[in-house]
Amino acid sequence: MPSVEFRNLVKQFGRVTVLEELNLTVNDGEFLVLLGPSGCGKTTLLNLLAGLQEVTAGTILIGERDVTDLDPKDRGLAMVFQSYALYPTKTVRGNLKFGLSAQRLDRAEIERRVACAAKLLHIDQLLDRRPAQLSGGQRQRVAIGRALVKNVDVFLFDEPLSNLDAKLRTEMRLEIKKLHHDLRKTIVYVTHDQVEAMTMATRIAVMDGGVIQQIGTPDEIYERPSNLFVARFVGSPPMNVFEATIGLAGNRIVATHRPTGVEMDLSDYAFARQPSSGARALVGMRPEHFAIGRPNGGKPAATFELPLRYSEKTGSDGTAFLAAGDELIAVHVDHSEIGKLREGAPVKAIFPSDRFNVFDAETRHRM
Amino acid sequence: MKILFPSLFLSIGISSVTGYALALWNVRWANSFLFVLFLCAFVPFQIIMIPLVVLVANLGLFGTIWAIALIHAVLAMPLLTLIFRNFYKDVPQEIINAAIMDSGSFWKIFAEIILPMSGNIMIVVLILMITSVWNDFLVGLTFGGIGTQPMTVILANTVITQRGEVHYNVDMAAALLTAIPPLVVYFGLGKFFVQGITAGAIKG
Repeated sequence: MPSVEFRNLVKQFGRVTVLEELNLTVNDGEFLVLLGPSGCGKTTLLNLLAGLQEVTAGTILIGERDVTDLDPKDRGLAMVFQSYALYPTKTVRGNLKFGLSAQRLDRAEIERRVACAAKLLHIDQLLDRRPAQLSGGQRQRVAIGRALVKNVDVFLFDEPLSNLDAKLRTEMRLEIKKLHHDLRKTIVYVTHDQVEAMTMATRIAVMDGGVIQQIGTPDEIYERPSNLFVARFVGSPPMNVFEATIGLAGNRIVATHRPTGVEMDLSDYAFARQPSSGARALVGMRPEHFAIGRPNGGKPAATFELPLRYSEKTGSDGTAFLAAGDELIAVHVDHSEIGKLREGAPVKAIFPSDRFNVFDAETRHRM
Repeated sequence: MKILFPSLFLSIGISSVTGYALALWNVRWANSFLFVLFLCAFVPFQIIMIPLVVLVANLGLFGTIWAIALIHAVLAMPLLTLIFRNFYKDVPQEIINAAIMDSGSFWKIFAEIILPMSGNIMIVVLILMITSVWNDFLVGLTFGGIGTQPMTVILANTVITQRGEVHYNVDMAAALLTAIPPLVVYFGLGKFFVQGITAGAIKG
């Protein structure tokens, strides 16, 4: 089973450079999610891999084979599109069969594969319907089925769930994950939805401006973002990031929170290099790591006592926004606690010492 | 009738494939080609009539039905190609991308995916072509030779008299008979004009 490799890939549209010197390896059997905001080049990268657009420079390898100049049908890939892209005049069966038209198979084999994919995706009752007679979720299954029948080793998904409603999306997410688990194929999946990325991926590549910002497991991306962009992009509500000045007091490293003057003890933070005193830094704190009232495990490293500006409830829990000078700190609050909070009243939020993310104020990289 | 079907077949065949290629495949200079085609639509037939006669004669087709069909196809091609191209441009790019990944064959995608989706535009073009071929006088007269003549020429021969009595009753009957086929086409096919054929292909 093959891996996928991009080497020094460059893509330009006219004078605009969309991808610049991109290197990326997708391991065999991996579920790699390309995550990024609109226009970051993730879909372009997928189209280049599929052969729907031509590369400006660089090579693409699938397995050990150089496919840079091959026709899409000869690359041994299957793709699922955002809009499903079903053939409107064909029945579900016809749609699935057309997927096999490039491979010369005998009739019995085609029937066997169609039946097999239909059974796997629970669309066997729908085989004689047309796409117009199907619901969104069913159409998405057919689109996945059309990719499955090809029996290839690499699957490409281009935001396949963004046209579905929230409930269906959760269901399909699980199902795609299950498919990957059962089939053990290499999957490259493009999305702008971080929940999809976090739940399904074995590895995530976060992209911005045509550059891969960080590549790692979901946990690595979430716990140790390598730069400010990744830190802010992943997580909901997003990470609180504040300017701070670093000071050295004995063998302790302390950062002073710029808006409030609160001191944060960064002694337990694993700096890549010993910081100098007076260095300007950006300190990131995830809302869900705060404890309200009293510390819940972990060594307290900073305590904010700030008035509540407003709060949001999302059913199982909520977010409180505390006023820190002109800025707001988002703090995650348990369902049972949030009813007790009053607007304007001070809230004591404690941050543990092992959860900080510190970035250089100039380079915006992790310190 | 003998003229109508070869003309329709040739002209629609050529221009739908050209329109499909221009709209959905990455053809180099596609837009420039389209512009030239568009300019060609403005050239009056009478200007290029004599060169065309010579051309057709050299091909050995002069005086046959195929000469008329070919000339009709060539003359209609700019307009029809534009119509087809604009229609195919609205086919979602993802469908064609999916088809390219599935099969990759130009003709297979055209025959199995694109043609079945073109019902509406085919009817529009059919109406256009049937009426224009049927109403044509000049092409039939110049390229058909003595033996093959379209209805309009026969009608003219019947109606235009230089000597003797004018039979208005006969003339009227002949004119009406000639006019029936286009009318039937209009009434018969008009209702197909408005119908969404791509419904359900993509997000509904």
